[in-house]
Amino acid sequence: MLKKILVFSFVAVLLVSGSVFARKSNKIKIAGSTTVFPIAQKCAEVYMDKHPKIRITVRGGGSGVGIASIVAGKVDIGDASRPIKNKELKKARAAGINPVGNVVAKDAIAIVVNNANPISKITVDQIKKIYTGEIVNWKELGGPNKKIVIASRDSSSGTYETFETKVLKGAKVLAGALKLPSNKAVATTVAQTPEAIGYVGLGYVTDALKAVPVNGVEASVATVNDATYPISRSLFMYTQGKPKGKVKNFIDFILSSEGQSIVSEVGFVPLTK
Amino acid sequence: MRSKFQRKFSENIFRFVVFLAAISSILFLFGIIFVLFRDGIKTFHFVSVFKFLFGTQWYPTQSPPEFGIAPLILGSLEITILTLIFAIPLGVGAAIYISEIASPKEKEFLKPIIELLAGIPSVVYGLFGMVYLSPIIMKLFKLDTGLTAFTASIVLSIMVIPIITSLSEDAINSVPKSLREASLALGANKWETIVRVVVPSAKSGILTSIILGFGRAIGETMVVVMVAGNAAIIPKSIFQPVRAMPASIAAELGETVQGGAHYYSLFGIGLVLFVITFILILISEFVRNKKEKI
Repeated sequence: MLKKILVFSFVAVLLVSGSVFARKSNKIKIAGSTTVFPIAQKCAEVYMDKHPKIRITVRGGGSGVGIASIVAGKVDIGDASRPIKNKELKKARAAGINPVGNVVAKDAIAIVVNNANPISKITVDQIKKIYTGEIVNWKELGGPNKKIVIASRDSSSGTYETFETKVLKGAKVLAGALKLPSNKAVATTVAQTPEAIGYVGLGYVTDALKAVPVNGVEASVATVNDATYPISRSLFMYTQGKPKGKVKNFIDFILSSEGQSIVSEVGFVPLTK
Repeated sequence: MRSKFQRKFSENIFRFVVFLAAISSILFLFGIIFVLFRDGIKTFHFVSVFKFLFGTQWYPTQSPPEFGIAPLILGSLEITILTLIFAIPLGVGAAIYISEIASPKEKEFLKPIIELLAGIPSVVYGLFGMVYLSPIIMKLFKLDTGLTAFTASIVLSIMVIPIITSLSEDAINSVPKSLREASLALGANKWETIVRVVVPSAKSGILTSIILGFGRAIGETMVVVMVAGNAAIIPKSIFQPVRAMPASIAAELGETVQGGAHYYSLFGIGLVLFVITFILILISEFVRNKKEKI
């Protein structure tokens, strides 16, 4: 009986220590923005093929989750589609963490409507009025006499934060707006709902949606790079302090020409060197 | 050959281990209640109880923030009650059919299928609701959007039916055969026996199953986040998007600053949810005890 207990505990200790060692040396945990998610995931897949010993896990949850996770020391990389806020920075410094933002790509927030919607242009001011409830019917924009269905994101979304800063300028979104959990959910909803309007990262615009030019400028790689598109932003991967070791290797990969071509493959704007 | 001492020793070890297992669940429960209360009460440093429970504006990330959860409480209740309206007739009906009317072959076929419904992960239901059901609802009822309380309730009722069915079926089965035979002997037909004798005597078990279904529906998060639209408005119709309490917690907790007002307000919501569920369980226990006394 005693022998059995000894053998069992020995094996258990081996297994546990094995997993502890595995975790310490070759795992990278990434969480956060659903916008950055496709970039992180595709790059992780390619990177893991090249470096079979490294295991990378990528989670969503929103930019807020990404930054909070880095501040709490729970992940190696926190994806964010917005820069860290002062409140978050203070919290981090108080906990002794210095979050460093590494820009890995650029993005445009495309304003999308359903393919059946005849609207072909919109201004930042009109978008703001729609989301705050001042404009409620498509006919006020020259469209059909239908109530506008507003698709927005929850507060943990970096896409929402950028939208709030650049379009809403701090105004409240109408309480009756749909609050969807991810870029993909907004894309699906707008594609299915004829009277909907929404905003998504450039990589989420597909043929099922219609991206409307804002202030006369279409969202594209070119207009982000020459800064003519009014709602563009940088995509960040936050790390604890400057990236070191395996994390640095991964981020360097994303910044390399191979990584940046993956960025453009998934529909975002690669950094211009 | 083991000595008397060795046998007693291993028996005591066994007892202790099993005791630990039982105690651990009590410890977990009290731990959760403690944290909920400790952090939930801190909400009221930032907002008065009245404004929290009855305020109609939920804008926790605005400056200045507003923490009124009335739309969330009403949203949760609307979805839950609608879910029960769909699930109770179907669930109890299925239970009656399976225990009183179905042939043994049918029983063998139906029971596992209904239990399988309970095994499907809620995120799969959410996906199904968001991608397939909501456009259908939108077209069928000519709505602006298919992400409504109604759609969420349909999906939730499919999740709740197995709970109601299996517990109601147990309750109906435990009605003694003699009661049924007496009713038939007195001249009632099978249908009258079921409706006027069997179901009323199984009432307390059926009620318990409904309360458990309520608990499941009010706490279900993933489906509601994906299908109900999450608009924090006071619901005026079942065909509008609504925001429920657990969905708010799930969607917002990840990005709150620990120790901030928003963080504590989410624990406050958790506290309200806990109190509602607790009161319901008390009611069900009360009703059950009352019934047994009769």
